[in-house]
Amino acid sequence: MMKIEYTGAMDPRLCKAVLGETIPKLAEADPDVIYLDADLMNCIGTAKWAAAHPDRAINCGIAEANMVGVACGLASAGFKPIVHTFGPFASRRCYDQLFLSGGYARNSITVIGTDPGVTATMNGGTHMPFEDVALYRAIPGSTVIDATDPNMLESVLRQCVDRPGVKYIRVGRKQYATVYAPGSETPIGKAVTLREGSDAVIFAAGIMVHEAMQAAQALEAEGISAAVVDLFTIKPLDAEAVVSWAQKTGAVVVAENHNRNGGLYDAVTQVLSEECPVPCRCVAVEDEFGEVGPQGYLQKRFGLTAEHIAQQTCAVLERKK
Amino acid sequence: MDEINVKKLRSFAVRIRMGTLEAIHSLGSGHLGGSLSIADVLAVLYGREMKVDPKNPGWPERDKLVCSKGHAGPAVYSTLANLGFIPYEELKTLNRPGTRLPSHCDRNKTPGVDMTTGSLGQGTSLAAGMALGDRLRGYSSRTFLIVGDGESNEGQVWEAFSFAAAKKLSNLVVLLDWNKRQLDGYTDDVLPMGDYVAKFNAFGFDTVKVDGNNVEELAKALERTRQGGDKPYAIILDTVKGAGIPEVAETVMNHSYTVDDDRFRRYMAGLEAQLQELEG
Repeated sequence: MMKIEYTGAMDPRLCKAVLGETIPKLAEADPDVIYLDADLMNCIGTAKWAAAHPDRAINCGIAEANMVGVACGLASAGFKPIVHTFGPFASRRCYDQLFLSGGYARNSITVIGTDPGVTATMNGGTHMPFEDVALYRAIPGSTVIDATDPNMLESVLRQCVDRPGVKYIRVGRKQYATVYAPGSETPIGKAVTLREGSDAVIFAAGIMVHEAMQAAQALEAEGISAAVVDLFTIKPLDAEAVVSWAQKTGAVVVAENHNRNGGLYDAVTQVLSEECPVPCRCVAVEDEFGEVGPQGYLQKRFGLTAEHIAQQTCAVLERKK
Repeated sequence: MDEINVKKLRSFAVRIRMGTLEAIHSLGSGHLGGSLSIADVLAVLYGREMKVDPKNPGWPERDKLVCSKGHAGPAVYSTLANLGFIPYEELKTLNRPGTRLPSHCDRNKTPGVDMTTGSLGQGTSLAAGMALGDRLRGYSSRTFLIVGDGESNEGQVWEAFSFAAAKKLSNLVVLLDWNKRQLDGYTDDVLPMGDYVAKFNAFGFDTVKVDGNNVEELAKALERTRQGGDKPYAIILDTVKGAGIPEVAETVMNHSYTVDDDRFRRYMAGLEAQLQELEG
């Protein structure tokens, strides 16, 4: 079942609560599921369950490279590890381990990187990965997901457990706008059309889906019909949906909470340059480092807003003419 | 203590060196020094200590070897070939296009290789995860982890050792190949690592140091690690990089080493003489 339930309202469930409930649930349903964390259990509400289940939850301390290696060793013995830490430490801090002990050695693990991009807010630039998607995309056979809302998070996490390869889910711990109804299944690798449109298509992922929906509403008031497509699975990309929407509209905007290098924009334009070259515009971080501040400020600072998406849509429509 | 058949183990070590030499000679050069230094410990592990089945290399309850210094692959392959995991003739395919025997160990390519290694340091955490997995499954299996002394420059090694001690992984045996040399020369000149026994003890290991090229000492030290307890084990192997072939051992820069036909004939003759002396 999948039901789109977007009103623009914030979801009552925080994503960290979803992680805190879903990880234990998955472990209870499957004895091979094992959860590893690097001293951030209290950040996603798993600490209490972990303390009661020391054989199912392993706190590795602040040693991410080792945590990934241990997870891969467990995977080689048939376990299905779910690994969590903050996004930067779940990607660049342990990249060689993810790449070799995980990908190359064919040890399948699921990694959750919390607080990607501007959702790192008050932890600032050191904790603000705008490059995690690029790194994970470069691992052969990987799956890369930028979760859209808490209901999708639950669905994709469940799907990742038995999926082969290195799987990465990036998601903020705090509030997201509801896009999908509770209990919705969002199959990995399938784009979801959230809004039909004929003039342009906005491909978005993660927190930018909400911004894209707001932008499309604003554009409608100006007589511009923009489709919104949720490309939460950045890899493997739903190339068919990307090409089909590019053909239908002839103008593409991509919105992502990531550096424009190596993320969703690169993934989409790679497909379009070969299959359906059309005018494209990007709403992403323009090759900058992060900085500290509330999310609203940071979104404006880096141009990750509905207003910017609307502007870029108008710009791409100019090109289309 | 089980009876230690020293002659048999020494013969096995010589045969491991012969196969290693065959493999590296077939290509002309390779990681010879660090392969030779661990030939004796491989002989004792596979000749006496480990429960493995060449007919069923993926048997879940087997003991596992992680050769974290993955460049010693040729010595591991020779060991496996001597035991029948792979045909002996296959040793000559080392690093050839499409080979099952790449320079660095690959669990997806070679029957009997339990873990993929090569980026130094990573095998340590993998081995800790494997030992933890065996314990969670309730297996009596043990994981043997060979780490290079140069490799221990890597910080991940010490993260993994902290983890192993914290989780009381007494089914993990770390074998530190203290051959005192790394690619650029002596470890004491490149990055001195200090007193390994003191270091391992401080990290919470049950630690001993042995002559790592003496099969009898190795057998006794390994037998001690069967007793379980609540600490992981470390055995510091005082070895010679290039052990078993004097000319190689005497060459300081023997990490990667050329084995031309002349060297091959001479070295092989030396090893055959060792074998003759042991086996008559």
